[in-house]
Amino acid sequence: MTIIDRPTQTTTGRPGYELSPWERRFIGIHIFIAIVALAIGSLIGPLQALEYSNVDLYQYLEPVLKSYYQGLTLHGVLNALVWTTFFIVGFTTLTTIKGLRRPLSHPKVNVAGLVVMIVGLVMTAVPLLLDQATVLYTFYPPLKASWFFYVGLTLVVVGSWISGVGFYLTLAAWRRENRGVRSPFIALAGVINAAMWQIATLGVAVEMLTMLIPWSLGWIDATDPELARTYFWFTGHPLVYFWLLPAYISWYGMLPKQAGGKLFSDSLARLAFWMFLIVSVPVGFHHQFADPGVPQIWKWIHALLTYGVFLPSLLTAFTVIASLEYAARRRGGTGLIGWVRALPWNDPSVTAQLLAGILFMFGGVSGLTNASYNLNLVVHNTAWVPGHFHLTVATAVTLSFIGITYWMVPHLAGKRLWSPKMALAQAWTWFVGMVIFSNAMHMLGLLGAPRRTPLGEAPYVPEEWNGHLLRVSIGGTILLVSVILYLIVMWKTFRGPKVAAADVPEVPIAEALRSPQLTPVWLDRFKPWLIVAGLLVLLAYGPQLVDQIGNMNLNAPGVDFKIW
Amino acid sequence: MTTFEDEPEIDESSLNMGIDPWERNWIRFSVVLLVGFAALVTIAGFAGGFQLPGADSEVDPRTVATEGPWADPGVREITPGQFEAYVIAQAWSFNPREIVLPVGAEIDIYVTSVDVQHGFKVTDTNINMMVVPGQVSKLSFTFDEVGDFPYICHEYCGQGHAAMYGTVKVLSEVDYAAQASDTSTEPVEADQ
Ligand code: HEM
Ligand SMILES: [Cu+2]
Ligand SMILES: [Cu+2]
Repeated sequence: MTIIDRPTQTTTGRPGYELSPWERRFIGIHIFIAIVALAIGSLIGPLQALEYSNVDLYQYLEPVLKSYYQGLTLHGVLNALVWTTFFIVGFTTLTTIKGLRRPLSHPKVNVAGLVVMIVGLVMTAVPLLLDQATVLYTFYPPLKASWFFYVGLTLVVVGSWISGVGFYLTLAAWRRENRGVRSPFIALAGVINAAMWQIATLGVAVEMLTMLIPWSLGWIDATDPELARTYFWFTGHPLVYFWLLPAYISWYGMLPKQAGGKLFSDSLARLAFWMFLIVSVPVGFHHQFADPGVPQIWKWIHALLTYGVFLPSLLTAFTVIASLEYAARRRGGTGLIGWVRALPWNDPSVTAQLLAGILFMFGGVSGLTNASYNLNLVVHNTAWVPGHFHLTVATAVTLSFIGITYWMVPHLAGKRLWSPKMALAQAWTWFVGMVIFSNAMHMLGLLGAPRRTPLGEAPYVPEEWNGHLLRVSIGGTILLVSVILYLIVMWKTFRGPKVAAADVPEVPIAEALRSPQLTPVWLDRFKPWLIVAGLLVLLAYGPQLVDQIGNMNLNAPGVDFKIW
Repeated sequence: MTTFEDEPEIDESSLNMGIDPWERNWIRFSVVLLVGFAALVTIAGFAGGFQLPGADSEVDPRTVATEGPWADPGVREITPGQFEAYVIAQAWSFNPREIVLPVGAEIDIYVTSVDVQHGFKVTDTNINMMVVPGQVSKLSFTFDEVGDFPYICHEYCGQGHAAMYGTVKVLSEVDYAAQASDTSTEPVEADQ
């Protein structure tokens, strides 16, 4: 494929707006909390992986961790909910400010968002650590956690909504100041993600407010668990796109710059984001293929729509690879595939994101299997599923975010990245560990091993699983090394000496190959896309919600003892 | 702030909103691929008599264990070769713990929970369902091979979750006949 260097927008030199010290600290607090959550959450992962081959480290952790399940709840909540949400809100604050080259228009709104998120986090953490909320990160009723847990999680979500409003107001202010100019891609994309998140989280908000919170406070006696699942997965599927889109922002809008190139197609990048806004939500029943209480026809409709949500990811694959190829050829790369070698593999931020992208392709394939109406029953709720999402959220997303922190933390702290070599080793060990771990998990799933289960103690494990269980432990141990390397690099960077401004990494913002002004206006407008998104949600969920809420039966009280 | 006045003149129409011909082909290819998948899944899902659990029936989890077939969970032969099983899931066991069938048996399996959510997956079969209080999960299967097929709880249900399982025992015609005459006088396994 040949790429012609067409004329581009004529901006040169360092971008015009430097973050103020307050902005650096404000964004930095989000990222700091995120990394602490990842540190605790992902150190528990290897405990689970080792348990699979009967290495029980929980007995030594007894005072802190009462059970595998308490650990698993912390692992899921801290990694999948806290690390991601705090990182994303912080990162979006940065892409909004740097993309628009202006400060937040209503910084108090964003501060309020962060404060509410932190209050929520503390309220969530207390019962989790006291073993009063060992209900896993899906909190399916009628497993009953302390009401603190539900209120806390709700506040984390509400806080992220408030921050989203802050981004939206800032974009609106920029638009008033820049009539007729296309919104800069990284800023627009961040706001699209925030909007998608606000629509998506309505499901879990209703679940919390109308069912779980009143029930945990004793105001109502019982729950409707199937309706709760429908509410949860209304949010649960788009949740994965909420995680993924910031990684895409980096892959589209930043990584090409780091690799020495440009964004191949500004139009297509925007189109992909708008498509995510409209198709991320109306697909949640694909998580409920094995559920009773949801008619098959609706499962099938959501299965078809799910193929729709693959389309923007396929577009992303094309545009990102084309942007990287363009960069590599500018660096002297040649050959059909050989150009890959010309990418800056010595840059840990780039390497982490490239490796994340490679594993994401495999995650996409196993995701297609999960989403298939008929194949799902082979793998539903087996170890295949964590095998799948450790390629997606735990690698495509997490390893990309880790890669982003390799320029972002030095940028915010005014430091230099400590030991890029060690950071490179971190990225590669994550990759290798995850290949082994997730391959073994997928195999176990095909053989029928259940997820959410300490397989080391399960009585039904046949001999033929043992080899795979061992490989899970080996992969998990390599991942443990990777996590430790990451924490060392972050700690040393954070504690390192201030360096001259010229030695601090810049925020990489890729220019588009062709001027964004050529992007059609309809790819810059919220209203038409929001209307389509709303309509699709109504069509895909409306009838079932009317039916399930109309027939709501609050008849499942759960048990009257502590079940974990 | 950037202005766009000094931008070189570009003929917009020649650029197709900035989409490269390769990109266009890729989009076409992606759409065809996904439509193809959707069609395949639809055919495989509906033509081959394949089923997912659906909105079967609802029960009251607080009283279900005393009602109708649920008061006496277990397997029954309805017509020769045609079986049905009612299984109650509760923390942390299935009642019954064993479903014994002759090879070739066609069975409808109904499962419900009296406490929290559970899972029900029969190893090496397509029977895989969530077990949700208030709902009845139903799937059918034909067991064509002799052997043990564990059914495992695959949804977290508390402390004893990892030990929650049962077994479908598929016996040859001869063994089945022998054990049927052995146990026909024994009482059905009691609750708990
Ligand atoms: C650092 C290495 C990691 C290891 C060794 C690891 C290991 C595991 C294992 C073995 C399970 C399955 C437990 C079970 O089903 O019983 C699991 C579950 C899970 N992991 Fe990880 N993990 C790691 C990192 C991550 C990261 C970075 C994320 C997300 C950002 C993540 C998110 C999850 C989630 C959401 C679950 C499901 C929890 C549930 O079923 O409730 N993990 N992990
Ligand atoms: Cu999904
Ligand atoms: Cu269970």
